[in-house]
Amino acid sequence: MDQTVTPPQKTLRQGAAAAWPICLGYFPIGLALGVLAQQAGLPWWAVLMMSVLVFAGSAQFICVAMLVAGASTPAIIFTTFVVNLRHTLMSSALAVYLSGVKRSFLAFFAYGITDESFAVNMTRFRTGNWDRNRALVTNQLANIVWIIATVTGALLGQFVPQGAFGIDFALTAMFICLLVFQLRGRIYLLTGLLAAIISVSWYLLIPGDSYIVGASICAATGGYLLQVRKRRVNDV
Amino acid sequence: MTFNDYLLLFCGMGAVTYLPRSLPLLYLAHKKLPQGLVDWLGLIPVSILSALLAPLLFCENTQRSLHFGKPEFLVAIPTLAFALKTRSLGGTVLVGMLLYWLASYVL
Repeated sequence: MDQTVTPPQKTLRQGAAAAWPICLGYFPIGLALGVLAQQAGLPWWAVLMMSVLVFAGSAQFICVAMLVAGASTPAIIFTTFVVNLRHTLMSSALAVYLSGVKRSFLAFFAYGITDESFAVNMTRFRTGNWDRNRALVTNQLANIVWIIATVTGALLGQFVPQGAFGIDFALTAMFICLLVFQLRGRIYLLTGLLAAIISVSWYLLIPGDSYIVGASICAATGGYLLQVRKRRVNDV
Repeated sequence: MTFNDYLLLFCGMGAVTYLPRSLPLLYLAHKKLPQGLVDWLGLIPVSILSALLAPLLFCENTQRSLHFGKPEFLVAIPTLAFALKTRSLGGTVLVGMLLYWLASYVL
């Protein structure tokens, strides 16, 4: 992937081109988080500190809600851990495309792995026309926008109207398109359907956020077993 | 809460966020992965995206009940069609937002 040297400007431009749909989705959500945090009594510098140190949207929302509810620091940290366990799967899947890369790079890259940057980068890596530097630019731009958006929200978010321009749907629309990119054969379609069914059932039956990890592992395993069986049938 | 209280909380949250993101990558990127694991991991993106999306489209989040007529779902159909046809990520995001915005007036 790295045989040809790409000039830095090109790396930046292509990384930015991949990042902008993520940024478009992050901005309103970051604003909303900033507003909520401000209403919960967090000063703007605490929001800045949280976005820099944590950079995990859903965990940050949960943190604000738990602070309002008077939860203890260990309880919030433990909840964050559980909510973010799903990134173990994403980090593992990215390892396939980053094999042999320097550990210092990986350690820095890992900071920016979110649901959104993971999905965008995996899609690009798969097409082949992508490398770790562009992926890093995508991660970091999304991170910068997230930090700016959350702090902006904390400072002046109460003036932003709710739900303007359908912006609440931005990330959902992005996930839909990224899902389309992933459907490259029957086995992927079946795995996706399986994940949807398990996820909805799990979500309805079991409180908390385990449905994402639970359904992903079950569906990927189911899809994998189907793949193995199909291969065996073809071999006979 | 004081500055130090916040610092302690966010450092703790940061650590438990960073470790699941970094450890598998640091470990697995320097290993020869068995083909079975590579195949399984190849199915993880579609699984995660679908697992994230489905409850957003089909479930009411306050009561956690099944709900088939959500505006999110209705808007998702033309958005999906647009994504299938154009395969443009940015375009899909903009069209999805526009449709969702219009839907808030119509529905």
